[in-house]
Amino acid sequence: MVHRARASHIGSALSIADILAVLYARVLRFDPAQPAAPDRDRFVLSKGHACVALYAALAEIGCFPVKELDEYGQDFSRLMNHVSHHVPGVEFSTGSLGHGLPFAAGKALAGKIAKQPWQVFVLLSDGEMDEGSNWEALMFAAHHGLDNLTAIIDYNKLQSLDTVDNTLGLEPLREKLAAFNWSVVEADGHDHDALESAIGSGSPGLPLVVIAHTVKGKGVSFMENEVLWHYRNPDDGLLDRALKDIAGSQRDA
Amino acid sequence: MPGRKGMRDAFLNELLALAEVQPNVVLVVGDLGFGVVEPFADRFPERFFNAGVAEQNMMSLCAGLASEGCHVFAYSIANFPTFRCAEQIRNDVDYHNLPVTIVSVGGGVAYGNLGYSHHALQDYALMRVLPNMLIAAPGDPWETRACLRYLIDNPGPSYLRLGKSGEASVHSHVPEVSPGQWLKVQGQPESTSAIVTTGATLAIAQAWLARGEYPEHNLYSLPLWGMRQKQYQAAQVEQFQRVVTAEDHIADAGFGSWFREALHDGRSSCEVSSRALSAEVFGKVGAQSTLNALGGL
Repeated sequence: MVHRARASHIGSALSIADILAVLYARVLRFDPAQPAAPDRDRFVLSKGHACVALYAALAEIGCFPVKELDEYGQDFSRLMNHVSHHVPGVEFSTGSLGHGLPFAAGKALAGKIAKQPWQVFVLLSDGEMDEGSNWEALMFAAHHGLDNLTAIIDYNKLQSLDTVDNTLGLEPLREKLAAFNWSVVEADGHDHDALESAIGSGSPGLPLVVIAHTVKGKGVSFMENEVLWHYRNPDDGLLDRALKDIAGSQRDA
Repeated sequence: MPGRKGMRDAFLNELLALAEVQPNVVLVVGDLGFGVVEPFADRFPERFFNAGVAEQNMMSLCAGLASEGCHVFAYSIANFPTFRCAEQIRNDVDYHNLPVTIVSVGGGVAYGNLGYSHHALQDYALMRVLPNMLIAAPGDPWETRACLRYLIDNPGPSYLRLGKSGEASVHSHVPEVSPGQWLKVQGQPESTSAIVTTGATLAIAQAWLARGEYPEHNLYSLPLWGMRQKQYQAAQVEQFQRVVTAEDHIADAGFGSWFREALHDGRSSCEVSSRALSAEVFGKVGAQSTLNALGGL
């Protein structure tokens, strides 16, 4: 998709592929045949630039034909290069960072007002924790005891120009989030069992945040931990190498 | 009775009445509204939230609430619920076409003495470029009630621009309002000149007429307008040779600009002029009437 559309952000998408796999295969109560069912769990992708991973997941589970993925980023495609709510199964369009968590907090609050059993999940990038709006939302969600809200931070330690540490250091992240009165758990963001367990570890009365330690560009040797792959799109030769890498890691797994 | 206490109280009283019959009405405030919002908070504690001094989160969470079926009223002062969270309004509320009514108290220079931070002089400019946004700028407390009823019956992204307190009643009852449609306040059927105002400028324009500044002009209020309502203006202009628009907003990118753009095809022979605040008011402090006069109203 990224190759064909000459798009960016493949590293960001590979970073969250395992998280999405766990959410859609094991966690979310979500029926692809009824993507707007009132009792569904809600998932918000705040790092909208990583949308290819979500589009692929939604197509794989049957929200829309896999073949449509070929239209990603093409003229007038609904599969635009930042996640779009015009795509079946997508709750919310993002692309500007710092919007997903506040929006998800509003959804969770609505669920509380209406005493609904469904849950709200939101996936954020580490870089977007620079946004003040996220910290506003962290305060709000904790103040209102939104234990139907789970935030997952894709902590791959790289942002758009440099490492997180060299940009605006987040550490000590766990302690910061705990000080904001969230239940905090850390997990290997590529270990499916560990992720499932972490996401299921919420406490009554507290919103839950999972710090998922990930690798940007995960699964493609020459993309892993390389800022370059926040932007670059693979040419024919590199696409071939990348696909062989991923096929190899799947065979090894 | 609305009128004596102004638009802000008319808004709250009407919202209270509507919330009784509309269980999805939610009021979110940005840590403002002391002495105004308490009756709602007391009557509907489960539908009242103080989002704190955090407007970006407030606006996105209002969008989240609205995405689950609430009609959310996001209440604050002047620029706080508009410019401070402009992108949240653009991306989350307007693009997703969600029923959030942004309520801004202190339109124009209603908070004249509080200084530039509290002057809402450019808010129309922001709201009128959002494709789904309906601006509701009532001219008096009665129009405030009328606009609120319309917005509740027709939920969508909207911007309710209120004065503060003490606005005079121009009408004597709740008028019928409709998006893009001029509401006749006074004048003769055969008149060929008109003043069209939006927002609290209505009473000012009425005073102009009373003083004889615009002989034989009809007076209209246009409380509901936005990008989608431009198409209705040409037909209403047809019977007039002269139209004066009036607003307590900076002339640039405001109501008068909108009005002229709506007639931009050049087929109208109507002469349009505008009364709006001039750049003189930027950074000046003073009573609302003082600053309006300084700015040319």
